Amino acid sequence: MLKDLFTKNTKKKKYATIPSTRLQQDVPEGIMSKCPQCKKIMYSKELAKNLKVCLECGYHYPMNARERLESFLDEGSFSEFDQDMMSGNPLNFPEYIEKLEQDRKKTDINEAVVVGKGLVDGHEAVVAVMDSTFRMGSMGSVVGEKITRAIEKADEWSLPFIIFTASGGARMQEGVLSLMQMAKTSAALKKYSNNGGLIITIMTHPTTGGVSASFASLGDYNLAEPGALIGFAGRRIIEQTIREKLPSDFQTAEFLLKRGQLDAVIPRAELREKIANILDIHESGGDVEW
Amino acid sequence: MVGELEFEKPVLELKKKIAELKEFTAKTEVDLTEEIAKLEARLEKLERDIYENLKPWDRVQIARHPQRPTTLDYVPLLFTDFFECHGDRNFGDDEAIVGGIAKFHGLPVTIIGHQRGKDTKENIRRNFGMPHPEGYRKALRLMKQAEKFRRPIITFIDTKGAYPGKAAEERGQSEAIARNLFEMAGLRVPVICIVIGEGGSGGALALGVGNHLHMLENSTYSVISPEGAASILWRDAGKAKVAAEKMKITAPDLKELDIIDEIIPEVKGGAHKDTVLQSKAIEEVLRRSLKQLLPLSEEELIAQRYNKYRAIGRYTVAGEYIEIQS
Repeated sequence: MLKDLFTKNTKKKKYATIPSTRLQQDVPEGIMSKCPQCKKIMYSKELAKNLKVCLECGYHYPMNARERLESFLDEGSFSEFDQDMMSGNPLNFPEYIEKLEQDRKKTDINEAVVVGKGLVDGHEAVVAVMDSTFRMGSMGSVVGEKITRAIEKADEWSLPFIIFTASGGARMQEGVLSLMQMAKTSAALKKYSNNGGLIITIMTHPTTGGVSASFASLGDYNLAEPGALIGFAGRRIIEQTIREKLPSDFQTAEFLLKRGQLDAVIPRAELREKIANILDIHESGGDVEW
Repeated sequence: MVGELEFEKPVLELKKKIAELKEFTAKTEVDLTEEIAKLEARLEKLERDIYENLKPWDRVQIARHPQRPTTLDYVPLLFTDFFECHGDRNFGDDEAIVGGIAKFHGLPVTIIGHQRGKDTKENIRRNFGMPHPEGYRKALRLMKQAEKFRRPIITFIDTKGAYPGKAAEERGQSEAIARNLFEMAGLRVPVICIVIGEGGSGGALALGVGNHLHMLENSTYSVISPEGAASILWRDAGKAKVAAEKMKITAPDLKELDIIDEIIPEVKGGAHKDTVLQSKAIEEVLRRSLKQLLPLSEEELIAQRYNKYRAIGRYTVAGEYIEIQS
């Protein structure tokens, strides 16, 4: 109505808006980054050089699969497997294809895990890296299949199998097919293990649900990055179930180390060296001359 | 009637009406035989219509029925000489999982199953059939024992899921489940798994890596509860019914997806209506399974089990759809 038009006009702001303090603290994405833990503002380049670990407080930013491979493997040593494997939406789940498409565009990868072969300080290994920026790193048929194939290749070539986990768990949109990937990957590890295969898992933030309850926990060496959230059930569900507040360090890597669930918590800067150390010991034969 | 389910109300109402008419006839000598016969014919049709066309959500209700038979209800009906074993030898005895040795038609077997309660008191003792790590570790101990003495293993799956609690996390719920998947894959004896109620996620799968996997007709097997899926996907737990349909969690769905071997038919209206009769149907399938698996060598058993799970998954490679049939 005409009257409405007038009232609107009278309410028109006659002053300039001042950004809230929160907005003021926000930094242009790309050039600068603000640590979510200590709030320090850093140059993104500097942060990247420090392997995405906060220069102030040591907070470990999540790494995507490409960043991880780049920082962990010898330069140019990685060759990828099964790059073009994609989900076929087996249950015809509503909106699933669209969500996958969005994430493919957003992340530049086809699924939530990247697998291949590479060198860790000269030691050859089959490496799998999950990526939490793709569907929360959730495991459906493709993730299960790629990991299983990678384990089978490690078995065939008698190479160590190293996996960086980062996942919210099984992917709901593929229902029971996702659940069964837990059995499939675990069975592949069992077979590989029986043949003497070496399994190293590095749990990164977050490793939960069906992924933590399958291959992530099945390493000969179960390692984790500082501060990583690792657990079976979600905090909210546990709090609702037991009707009490959980301590703030609950389900962190450090919490699990204290309770005997991990071999070691290793800062990102030392990962390459520590894992190369394990690989070196395993490669050394038993026949020595004293 | 106690424990009646929403979808079967029309049947129960009609049954009540017929009973009333019969009583009336007996008391007053007014002849209503014809009326009763008509209603009985209608009842038969109605029962067929309802019980033979159960929707996924109806099956969820039956699978969750408080009176649905549990592992320990079936054990004495299927086996003789059951001896229950307790404890994981490390921490404690989790009564949400029961296990022990028994005979199946003279054949020594190991039995392991989730165990719910049917009333509050028993449910508290059994933690509503939701195991802690020590439950899974007890199960694994008994499986290894079965392997040592070359006994086939029969597991009954019936849980909403592994218990989401503080102590469970501290003691390694994830590791306990993962370890069972890993070790079950390598067992040198036949493993037969039967879903008798709810198959809730990893907590169910931890007893579920077998040579054969069967499901009772109205049981469910799912990566997450329909309520959980609905609240995560659509932020509305009320859409559980939709999620139950979309996620494909019923025995017929899983048969179609090639995940399970056999659907064990249920007594009309659900196993709780006649446990003895229901156990006969389970017995038949179990006998058939054992007959197939007993002649296999250790290597064949491991390979058969490996291939069964290895084949699960559907995806495309360079645009081509891959669907492996087991």
